[in-house]
Amino acid sequence: MTTQTQAQFFSSLKKYYTFYTGGFILFVIALAILEQMGLPNRWIGYIFLFATIALYAGIGIMSKTADVAEYYVAGRRVPAFFNGMATGADWMSAASFIGMAGTLYAAGYDGLAFVMGWTGGYCLVALFLAPYLRKFGQFTIPDFLGARYGGNLPRTIGVIAAVVCSFTYVIAQIYGVGLITSRFTGMEFAYGVFAGLAGILVCSFLGGMRAVTWTQVAQYIILIIAYMIPVVWLSVQQTGNPIPQIAYGQQLQKVGDLEKKLNADPKELEVRGIFKEKQNAAEAQIKELDTDAAAFYAAAQAKAEAKLAELKAAPTPDAKAIEGAEKALKEFPADAVALKTKLKKDADGAKARAAPVKAHAEPFAGKDEAESNKKRKNFLALVLCLMVGTAALPHILMRYYTTPNVRDARQSVFWSLFFIFLLYFTAPALAVLVKFDVYSHLVGSSFADLPKWVSAWAAVDKSLMSITDINKDGIVQLAEIVIGTDLVVLATPEIAGLPYVISGLVAAGGLAAALSTADGLLLTIANALSHDVYYKMIDPHAPTTRRLAVSKGLLLVVAIVAAYVTSLKPGDILFLVGAAFSLAASAFFPALVAGIFWKRANQLGAVLGMVAGLGVCAYYMYITYPFFGVLAPKWWDIEPIAAGIFGIPLGFAGVIIGSLISPAPSKEVQDLVDHVRYPNLEGDIQTQAA
Amino acid sequence: MEITDKHREYWRKNLSMTGVLLAIWFIATFVVSWYARELNAFTIAGFPFAFYMAAQGALIIYVIVIWFYAHRMNQLDKEYGVHEGED
Repeated sequence: MTTQTQAQFFSSLKKYYTFYTGGFILFVIALAILEQMGLPNRWIGYIFLFATIALYAGIGIMSKTADVAEYYVAGRRVPAFFNGMATGADWMSAASFIGMAGTLYAAGYDGLAFVMGWTGGYCLVALFLAPYLRKFGQFTIPDFLGARYGGNLPRTIGVIAAVVCSFTYVIAQIYGVGLITSRFTGMEFAYGVFAGLAGILVCSFLGGMRAVTWTQVAQYIILIIAYMIPVVWLSVQQTGNPIPQIAYGQQLQKVGDLEKKLNADPKELEVRGIFKEKQNAAEAQIKELDTDAAAFYAAAQAKAEAKLAELKAAPTPDAKAIEGAEKALKEFPADAVALKTKLKKDADGAKARAAPVKAHAEPFAGKDEAESNKKRKNFLALVLCLMVGTAALPHILMRYYTTPNVRDARQSVFWSLFFIFLLYFTAPALAVLVKFDVYSHLVGSSFADLPKWVSAWAAVDKSLMSITDINKDGIVQLAEIVIGTDLVVLATPEIAGLPYVISGLVAAGGLAAALSTADGLLLTIANALSHDVYYKMIDPHAPTTRRLAVSKGLLLVVAIVAAYVTSLKPGDILFLVGAAFSLAASAFFPALVAGIFWKRANQLGAVLGMVAGLGVCAYYMYITYPFFGVLAPKWWDIEPIAAGIFGIPLGFAGVIIGSLISPAPSKEVQDLVDHVRYPNLEGDIQTQAA
Repeated sequence: MEITDKHREYWRKNLSMTGVLLAIWFIATFVVSWYARELNAFTIAGFPFAFYMAAQGALIIYVIVIWFYAHRMNQLDKEYGVHEGED
């Protein structure tokens, strides 16, 4: 391989991946034929999941390496185009693939914060970081902090920040892996987690970044095919136009008309009225609880017990009702505080369903100007945090170390965003097309004759699809339907009436998205610990073989810890993802950008900036996110997910103040800054690690 | 390692281009979203304008911004003799 030129390498890669894509399509067609011949759905699910995991493992084994530069940065010869694809897969997580279209379905315009935030961040990567980091050319992001600011302190803080944000993010990915494998094969969630983990490990364990890169390219191809097919089909079905991104404009208008019709429909109003009553009842109970908590709690518990006794004593006991009452009693809140939380949740749930339909394209809908402005403020803050976070997540920045030179690094950011863009500008189309289908076909149909996909998904998981005849008229009203955000993508093939093989393909796509991101994140954590902590700080003379052995050992440990934490099913996944962005944005972005664009920035500045940014961001999340139970008043009404809005400016302030109150950095450091600014200088210093 | 006036000019050009592209990025994202409620009164290709911008327009602008930067900087490298490796 060493004698091969870059151009030859590129053309043989193109050949391999063209064959691969063709082979994959043939594989899908073969499965489709087998399905027509009577292969059961469950088998299709198994074949898809295990065939793709085996494929990734195969690429991983083929890319095994014992060379340090190959292990950490794929030998720095990944062409811009393929690095773009790999970054796309690295970037698009389970949340992007499965969750995003659903979020857009539910939130309409306001959900577009994720679409803009997760793409616009690449402008910052391109303009401020990628080319300069590539010129610097070492292995990790803490490497840059260590070299630019000197001493072990900035590097250590960098390692801590990289581990914290990558770890919160990787939990969300492994959770996605478990969800998909368990749903499509019927395995237990925990087994699903470990099965997926085995797939992740075979890829990264033997070949490090090199294996992860080539697997991610393969995963990108699968995930984009899987995302596009059902949307295109749905678009042809509804509009006759095979380009959903253009076609959904007219569907959006139709959805707007249907929204108006639904808001005036007397049957809809009736259902919403019922929810309004439920909301009032729950709120009245909360008021009662507030006056005398102990007495109310005792009374409520007694009432639940009495109900069970009454049901049991009935002349013809209703087994199902008894079971329900027993469950209610078993899950009865442990104390008055928990009871209040539950009542509050009931009230909020009923309130949401009592509300009129929100117009899909309307920005920042609120009951008055003040509420709408508050939403706008949070929308913009979230967009900024997601963008800056994109430009600060180490697993993404690391990818730009792998291109052959600065020129390719710049082009590679373009290809990255291009490949990400393909999925992100399709997701809003998918959301509108599915919404049109639900509003025009499902609503108004009869409960006796529900579409097949509705009953199938409602049977699988109530949190994904639940539909109840609230006003008992036998007709589906919109207010009677609850659709979970993950459903939209997963159920699209069935909504479009496609064969089951496409559902399997979508599951494989979701799995590819989750696995590829998890690969990149685990490698980032393991590299930060092995390269930055072990090699750079503990034993700088360690021989290559030991460095790699430590790296691989840590990878295994981190993966197992992450899988263990995931199997405990910790809280809110979307919050974990959002938190990772705000944390990364506050910790890294100011110190990295100042390190390149401001020669005067020095060690004290970097340390102050990173600690202040990360500190205030974590503190704000701690005091405002309900999970931690502090629930302090919010600063300027900003939601905890956008905590970076405080961390980023404070980080910059820290860098500036800290630098100005201490001496300017040495001549060597200033030379380093010049070195990264110019792709090639005469008599240049050398920073690239072999 | 000698930084000449020519090098400084290269860096200044880089900074001013970065500034202009950042301004475009900022307007497409934040200014348009700030006025989203008002801008939705207009329609573009059948979409309310602000919705279109957030769902597609801004994304297309981002892709072009990055393409332009890569293209122009790679040219600038050659003009100022700071490009890498073989020509």
